[in-house]
Amino acid sequence: MALPKYTEPHYRIWHYIYLTICGAVFFFLIAPLFVIFPLSFNAEEFLSFSDGMKSLDPDAFSLRWYKDMIYGTKNPWGLAAKNSFIIAIFATIGSVILGTVAALGLSSRHMPYKGLIMAVLISPMIVPLIISGVAIFFFMAKAGLAATHTGIVLAHIILGTPFVVITVTATLSGFDHSVTRAAASLGSDPVNTFMKITLPLILPGVISGGLFAFVTSFDEVVVVLFLAGLENTTIPIQMWTGLREQLSPTILAVATCLIILSTLILVTAELLRRRSERLRGINR
Amino acid sequence: MSSETKQILTTDGIPLEVSLKKAERKNKIKAFLLVAPLLFFLIITYVFPIGDMLFRSIDDKMVTQMLPKTFKAMENWDGQELPEEEVFAAFHEDFIKLVEDKREGKLSTQLNYTKNGFKSIIKKLRRKSKSFEEGNYKEQIMSVHKRWADVEYWRAIKRRAPEFTSQKYLKGMDMYVNEEGKIVSVEEDRRIHRVLWLRTLEIAFFVTVFCFLMAYPIAHLLATLPMKYSNLLMICVLLPFWTSLLVRTASWMILLQQQGIVNDFFVGIGLVADDNRPEMMYNKTGSYVAMTQILLPFMVLPLYSVMKTISPSLMRAGKSLGGTPFVAFWKVYFPLTIPGIGAGCLLVFILAIGYYITPALVGGASGTLISNQIAFHMKSTLDWSFASAMGLMLLSGVLVIYWLYNKIVGIDNIKLG
Repeated sequence: MALPKYTEPHYRIWHYIYLTICGAVFFFLIAPLFVIFPLSFNAEEFLSFSDGMKSLDPDAFSLRWYKDMIYGTKNPWGLAAKNSFIIAIFATIGSVILGTVAALGLSSRHMPYKGLIMAVLISPMIVPLIISGVAIFFFMAKAGLAATHTGIVLAHIILGTPFVVITVTATLSGFDHSVTRAAASLGSDPVNTFMKITLPLILPGVISGGLFAFVTSFDEVVVVLFLAGLENTTIPIQMWTGLREQLSPTILAVATCLIILSTLILVTAELLRRRSERLRGINR
Repeated sequence: MSSETKQILTTDGIPLEVSLKKAERKNKIKAFLLVAPLLFFLIITYVFPIGDMLFRSIDDKMVTQMLPKTFKAMENWDGQELPEEEVFAAFHEDFIKLVEDKREGKLSTQLNYTKNGFKSIIKKLRRKSKSFEEGNYKEQIMSVHKRWADVEYWRAIKRRAPEFTSQKYLKGMDMYVNEEGKIVSVEEDRRIHRVLWLRTLEIAFFVTVFCFLMAYPIAHLLATLPMKYSNLLMICVLLPFWTSLLVRTASWMILLQQQGIVNDFFVGIGLVADDNRPEMMYNKTGSYVAMTQILLPFMVLPLYSVMKTISPSLMRAGKSLGGTPFVAFWKVYFPLTIPGIGAGCLLVFILAIGYYITPALVGGASGTLISNQIAFHMKSTLDWSFASAMGLMLLSGVLVIYWLYNKIVGIDNIKLG
């Protein structure tokens, strides 16, 4: 944003100070992520830039830690990745189904006790994770589901549904209900109307809610720490253990992969958001 | 309306009012049925277990059930002097039963919570009680150890008679019920929990303030820049938002370590000597820096969505009416962003107050929060009822904030991304 020509000098200075502050904050936000990237290619076992890396010596870089991540002896990442994906996928499916259906009910203007019910449905997002962890652990222990995949999936459904409810309710707020009435008047039954009319229109919201649920599950560590046994280890658990015990560069290789994954998710979410805004006719 | 107006009837001959009500009710039920699966799922797996935490935190039936006869006999005891033979006999009877079930160890652990010194005398009693003769248990028990003849210990047992207790909550605030039944604080140097509560509030408060100070300018910039630039800069906010918490914590661990890049930089510009690198991790500084960066997107996004709706012409109008840019900003722009500020601050504060992972990794001993203490009692000491009590104390604080949030912003106004 260029300043108009007539701006007085001291406002001009203020403006540049403001831009500098903004630049510094953006740097503070994004720079830490980029530290991981080069260090994961470190040929040595240290977590700081070696002299070789500073002078860009090709011998100072290697894929050693990526190899260790994939082929290393006794390495837990394979099992952890498999578990993480299985759990996150099932938790996402569960959250999306339960959350979307609930959002449909919530955005009906006939819904009784809307505020109260909304508060209950959103609560897993607001209650500190440590408390959710304790409560869910008590339930799973009683139900005999501690240290099982099922238990962790259920726990992640609990934590993931609020995001789906919020995004889908937001999408439905711009939804023209006369189209479903039109479908009904043309003889469509409610299920058919939902599948053919409502769902395609709210799909961006559903998918972005699903992405939130997926990331929540994939990234979740507090509740899993209470629930998981040795067999149910996930990527976040392995990272947590690794960061607590010895910070090995293998963790940085994993972290780099996770950053790439989150970039992909970010791009998808952004594209969906724009599509959804276009569909809802919001042009900002 | 005159009484002559006839009720309007539908084609079936039912009054319209009745028919409408029926249809409304049907719609209500339909809407509720859609919400029901998730609602009941959450009630069973989430809301009830939180209630279970409440029950566990006050439940004290264990000792009550282990010493039923003793407590019955103690009902008539005024607690002034040593109890009568009757109480000793009942205690002996209960105790023999516990030894048979091998549960006397649990009793000693429980009683030791109330008063130190029970562990050894119960062990001793178990050994001696095998050779007890019938009758005159008072003398026999008292001869096992001099503490059994101390009325303080019998009062301690009596204090465990009620089925419910607030002891865990008092312990969470570093208080306890003393011998006279009064609530008092523990000695100054043992008040670990109060320190933790205060530190949690302090860190949550300052992290919120830092986040606000950093987020306000960039949210403003994002909201006022032309789309093509702001979309690019928005990535700087959204990429950390979508990136794993552990990855971001890991990067701070690398940056802040003593041989890390931040320290290298400080040495490079001559701010600190190479042999005197400051400790920036495993203390409060670590918690502050990492938590501020991690929670910053949660402040930027609500601020941005509010600022986006403020028309730039308002600022121009303010200036054209003779206000300097600062006056225009302070009197026109800033008040309009207050809803966003409220939303962002409460969101960040709520998240910060319950933070666990980051403080545990970069906070060291002086940077850990109340959540870490809860996890410690869940996983290490296995004092689940104490963990529950502290969890609920934290939860009640969060609920107050949540309620405020709802009053100020409205829960349905939460926006994500």
